[in-house]
Amino acid sequence: MYSRPIVFAIMATVVILVGTIAMMVVPLTLQSTQPVSPLVKPYTAVELEGRDIYIREGCNNCHTQTIRPLRTEVVRYGQYSKPEEFAYDRPFLWGSRRIGPDLQRVGGKYPDSWHYRHMDNPRSMFPKSNMPDYAWLAARQLDTSYSYKKTHVVGYGYTVNEVNKNLADYLVRVTSSAYIAGDARDKVTPPVLKDKLTEMDALVAYLQKLGMDVKNLNKS
Amino acid sequence: MKEEGYDYSVVQGFAFSALFWLFVGLAVGLWLAAEMVYPGLNLAPWLAFGRLRVVHTNGLAFGFGLGGIFACTYYMLQRLTRIRLAFPRLAKFHMYFFNAAIALAALSLFAGMNTSHEYAELEWPLDIGVVVMWVIFAINVFGTLIKRKEKQMYISLWYIISMTVTIAVLYIVNNLEIPVNWFKSYTVYAGANDANVEWWYGHNAVGFVFTVPILAMFYYFLPKSTNLPIYSHRLSIVAFWSLIFGYVWTGAHHLMLTPLPEWIQTVAIAFSIFLIAPSWGSVINGYYTMRGEWDKMRSNYLVKFFIMGITFYGLQTIQGPTQGLRIMTGFFHYTDWVIGHVHMGTMGWVTMIISASLYYMIPAVNGREIYSVKLANTHFWLILVGQLIFTITMWIAGIQQGAMWKASNPDGSLTYSFLETVTAMYPYWKIRFAGGFVYFLGIVVFGYNLLMTLKSPEEATQPRTA
Ligand code: HEC
Ligand code: HEM
Ligand code: HEM
Repeated sequence: MYSRPIVFAIMATVVILVGTIAMMVVPLTLQSTQPVSPLVKPYTAVELEGRDIYIREGCNNCHTQTIRPLRTEVVRYGQYSKPEEFAYDRPFLWGSRRIGPDLQRVGGKYPDSWHYRHMDNPRSMFPKSNMPDYAWLAARQLDTSYSYKKTHVVGYGYTVNEVNKNLADYLVRVTSSAYIAGDARDKVTPPVLKDKLTEMDALVAYLQKLGMDVKNLNKS
Repeated sequence: MKEEGYDYSVVQGFAFSALFWLFVGLAVGLWLAAEMVYPGLNLAPWLAFGRLRVVHTNGLAFGFGLGGIFACTYYMLQRLTRIRLAFPRLAKFHMYFFNAAIALAALSLFAGMNTSHEYAELEWPLDIGVVVMWVIFAINVFGTLIKRKEKQMYISLWYIISMTVTIAVLYIVNNLEIPVNWFKSYTVYAGANDANVEWWYGHNAVGFVFTVPILAMFYYFLPKSTNLPIYSHRLSIVAFWSLIFGYVWTGAHHLMLTPLPEWIQTVAIAFSIFLIAPSWGSVINGYYTMRGEWDKMRSNYLVKFFIMGITFYGLQTIQGPTQGLRIMTGFFHYTDWVIGHVHMGTMGWVTMIISASLYYMIPAVNGREIYSVKLANTHFWLILVGQLIFTITMWIAGIQQGAMWKASNPDGSLTYSFLETVTAMYPYWKIRFAGGFVYFLGIVVFGYNLLMTLKSPEEATQPRTA
């Protein structure tokens, strides 16, 4: 074998495939690895767009989205994570580093206005925070040309009309005079984009969805 | 003494490409380290921490790491088979392709095209490019091996073969994704499955980029630069097969206490502990190779790099399994401690070995002496001290951070707000920057020394001593 490169390569492949099959292929076939639950809802089109911005900006390099079953962690962040909650997460965003706090249950923790102000300038609220400013996200209109295709690729099963309605409804929500966070949004959004969906709007929608399935369950 | 009859232009090309990406990656690393204390440095979207961190990791793991690995592989492959590369023009193409791919990768990551899978952040068109590049590399590896003149394959070749096949499997499986457009795709796996596949990949990317090929260099260049044979061939055989067998089981130690099924975590930890044996097999092989010849630590500057490098590898492979244990991970996971682990491995082990390998090869392929042994020694001490400042600071920081996250009052409420645990880290992060800067200076000396070696006069007759 030590004088036959091809045989050697085949042997090496077989050796690494043993662990690969046991630890990676077999779990893929087991329901227990990624169970689904009717209580967990997929992201709406606008939330999915927000999630893509979260990925693009690499928020996951500073924030985790998984709460471990440890006492202090549950006190700090809320109920520990269940596998069902991630059934629609493609990719998963559990993260590996906590420079900032966990965000898995940040939805509903603060009003929208808090997020607009915080994303615009974290240091205006916490002078010692090291989170970057994301003010420019409010100055960029949300590109919705692929919104339907995206929900289609990840298999959420929305129709084109449903996606368009979701985007239109969300625009109405954030631009209506009744929107409670309207003032905060107006402060950070440039005048030309006030009646358009911005990337910041989508990101806030996403953050407010995080962990809500479990929180709603607890309420009912 | 110039070594004739081989194709060394790609060796040299890859070596200096690796050096170039090392500079870029470290400059980015220093910027990152500064941003963590002075957030005002997030000057533009493409400079924001979230985007920059992946440029740092990819630039160093793939630009520097893989570049150095290709350089050394093409050198070792020819020396150990005693023939020229099977396809020299293909190898040259590989070199240009590699640099173009890394440049495009950096640009796309700056632009935020990012799949979020750690160490597999590139979007799908680049993934296809990487696979094509790997096939080109594999053709030369196997082509040369098949045509070789030396019957037995030396230890280093085993490591190179296993890297070549394993990286291919890992990369393709983890990057299966469905495109939305040219710049965006979604992975085919969801939730916990995606996490499990990703860390099967991620851990083995560390294993088969930062361990296996680096061991190939160690097994080749240590005996070469000392004229001492490797202590035990049998130990090498056992260590090799058990290392590559064990590595692939352990990915889930990156997912401890997450919603991944418990049995996967437990098996991963068991195999992590098992890995101590083959890892230390190589450490012991290295140490015993030097037995009775330890004065070479002083007289031969290359030995210092190799022995310090393998020592950090030994420490790394004790620390890794320990920090994966449930009781430890509950405390250290997500903290700066892990950043210390990462940088002991990369700045201690990987950089030490690649540095020494380049110091051996660049003079050899040019028929010259190293420009300055003194500068090489300076380089050694700067990267050693810089690394130690960096990693020790991060371990202390990690302990404090873990303790602060967990601290609670008698009534069960938390003692510290999250922000308090962040601001408590600022002094450590400043010291880390200083450590990184010292290390960076060492690399500047390294680059200067290698470049000046190219310029120094050819010494065709003198055999190389050092
Ligand atoms: C350099 C690391 C870093 C990056 C990158 C980062 N954050 Fe943060 N984030 C922090 C820190 C530190 C805090 C805590 C202090 C604060 O609230 O500003 C925080 C707090 C938050 C909070 C409040 C959480 C809570 O429970 O109070 C939210 C929401 C948040 N970040 C969202 C984001 C989003 C969205 C992104 C990406 C666009 C992002 N962060 C990028 C470091 C970061
Ligand atoms: C000047 C030297 C260096 C500096 C200042 C530096 C700085 C940093 C910083 C600030 C981070 C982010 C830490 C965090 O998330 O808290 C990081 C992460 C990382 N660096 Fe470096 N670095 C240096 C050298 C290197 C080298 C030489 C390599 C590899 C060859 C490397 C590989 C990595 C990797 C893989 C990570 C990600 C770790 C993780 O996700 O856990 N770094 N570095
Ligand atoms: C027996 C060998 C090893 C074992 C069992 C091991 C174990 C671990 C564990 C458990 C973690 C996760 C820590 C956490 O997030 O809580 C980790 C992270 C890491 N290790 Fe090791 N380690 C080993 C060797 C190495 C070596 C040789 C390197 C070389 C550089 C290395 C580089 C890394 C990197 C880069 C990470 C960070 C991954 C990330 O989160 O992005 N490890 N290791």
